[in-house]
Amino acid sequence: MVQGIAWQVTVVLVVLVALAFLFVARRASERSDYEPIKSKASRTRGIVFWALVLVSAAVIAVSLAHLPYAARAGGSDAVEVIRAAGHQWRWELSKTEVVAGKPVEFHVTGADVNHGFGIYDPQLRLVAQTQAMPGYTNVLRHTFAQPGTYRILCLEYCGLAHHAMMSELTVLASE
Amino acid sequence: MSSASPDTLTLNARRAVLAYVGVTIVVVALMMLLGLLLRLSQAQILVLPPDLFYQIMTAHGIGMVGIAGLGGAAIMWYFLSQYVKLNTSILAANLVLFLVGVVFILGAIFLGGFAGAWTFLFPLPARPLGAWSTGAAAAYLIGVLLVGVGFLLFYLDTAWAILVKYGSLGRALGWPQLIGRDDGAAPPPTVVASTVVSVINILSIVVGAVILTVCLVNLYVPEFAVDALLAKNLIFFFGHVFINAAIYMTVIAVFEILPRYAGRPWPSTRVFLAAWTATMIMVLIVYPHHLLMDFAMPVWALVLGQVISYASGLPVLAVTMIGTLAIVYRSGLRWDMVSGLLFLSVFGWAAGVLPAIIDATIVANSVMHNTLWVPGHFHFYLVLGLVAMLLAFAYHLAKSRGGLQRHGLDALSFWTFAVAGLGLAGTFLLSGRHSIPRRWAVHLPEWVPYDRIGSLFAALVVAAVLVFTVRFLTRLGAMARPA
Repeated sequence: MVQGIAWQVTVVLVVLVALAFLFVARRASERSDYEPIKSKASRTRGIVFWALVLVSAAVIAVSLAHLPYAARAGGSDAVEVIRAAGHQWRWELSKTEVVAGKPVEFHVTGADVNHGFGIYDPQLRLVAQTQAMPGYTNVLRHTFAQPGTYRILCLEYCGLAHHAMMSELTVLASE
Repeated sequence: MSSASPDTLTLNARRAVLAYVGVTIVVVALMMLLGLLLRLSQAQILVLPPDLFYQIMTAHGIGMVGIAGLGGAAIMWYFLSQYVKLNTSILAANLVLFLVGVVFILGAIFLGGFAGAWTFLFPLPARPLGAWSTGAAAAYLIGVLLVGVGFLLFYLDTAWAILVKYGSLGRALGWPQLIGRDDGAAPPPTVVASTVVSVINILSIVVGAVILTVCLVNLYVPEFAVDALLAKNLIFFFGHVFINAAIYMTVIAVFEILPRYAGRPWPSTRVFLAAWTATMIMVLIVYPHHLLMDFAMPVWALVLGQVISYASGLPVLAVTMIGTLAIVYRSGLRWDMVSGLLFLSVFGWAAGVLPAIIDATIVANSVMHNTLWVPGHFHFYLVLGLVAMLLAFAYHLAKSRGGLQRHGLDALSFWTFAVAGLGLAGTFLLSGRHSIPRRWAVHLPEWVPYDRIGSLFAALVVAAVLVFTVRFLTRLGAMARPA
């Protein structure tokens, strides 16, 4: 869903910017006094500035309420903990089966170099990720909505077989 | 309005600038060809073995970042030299060090097999599982260090020259006019932008040199290691600031050339001065948006990365974009390759910033980080923004100094570049929207259709840039002749 919104918002905004440039380009060869244009541009800049500030503030306020870092705060309600270690070029998972609808905590680290722990659903959509770093354990909490075979893909370049670094995770239907 | 003109440069200085621009145009074309090879391989049209794919990926990345810096430096030096006294020997020394560094880098990659990506993320250079030797990794790091030393000399010279002329960095940034009474004597936009670039790039290169040196020592003394997260912070600070500074240098071409076409000035107003001072601060603290999926980072730093990313879009969208539109609107401007590419470049920069800001939103980054969304946004503002600015500057030189005339291919190559550039970036973004990871040599069958469309757009961009390259190179001799 987030990817879809990001794409749609990008397309709309880019088209708006493109239309502004095309509008001005078509009138570039005409001539008129610059002073009124400068005044109008100054007013437009003020409107654009404050509109961007207001929209940005609203998006920031809403989006910061959904940070993926909650698991760091402790008090976990996760029923399942899976330890995941990235090696060149394989994932080592302490468990490969979980149940849909129940929170899972992935404790992710890199055994040698940096890797990226990306969880893909059966439709190959990225649903969550964190980095797998040597010397650190990143805690990623996720609740699988649907049962099925998920894939763990490496999302940080880690050497010549980076693209082959895939594992499977089975999500069972809740009873 | 600027009085910048090639006639005010000495012959040696002009030839040095032309050498920069010539090298830049040729390397950009070659690096684009490498990029096309990567897309063709992912599209399963011209399949490369993974080791060669990742070597080419490393060369494409470091080559594009380095050449963006070199081309930007040419634009900045050319116009800044009209206002302050710069040292031509240092300009030449930077180019020599750059080329020597390139030899090391190319040797490391294509002879030594180094494929650690341009970001050389610690400790990957030292742990390739037999894919490359310690010597190859060392050659790569030394090559990047040499390039960095050249650029450091370059920015020390520009900073020194600005200080000599204006007395302090604050005056060169127009702070007296920004804070006090605007007496209309603020430094011109070129000086303001050059001051910002000199400050931020001296810092970025020093930080880059530190982590490069640490990685280099670590290759031979494994006990001499650095914390992986600290290394990542240093690398992304260096990389983020350096590539942004490249855009800030190339946009000087817009400030200097577009007003001449429109017959309207681009003055250093208070809004302009405030935007550039804000940009200088924000570009130094925004880099944590590259680390949003590093959960071990302090949360405040990651939140800062998102908030400053949003704020840093304001100067581009509210100042440079609207300033450009106002200058061009009903100005009687005559379209040609120079004015067209400059206008396109501001569109590319402004529009490309939008998906970048979206990617810096933490909830979006959770499902888009390191997908093809990332090359989507940076190809948007680098191809249609930075490269368009570089090409406009090259055409400006070829036209004003080399007698380049209009050609029947101009309109075709311009629109091919613009439309295919948009398609290239758009295909990357669409691929990211569908979760396709970046930096994968072999794509799953479900992803290949996107790669094929992307390859077509990439081929068209390359074709257009080859036309630009040939057109520029045919006038190089005329441009280098004494007046």
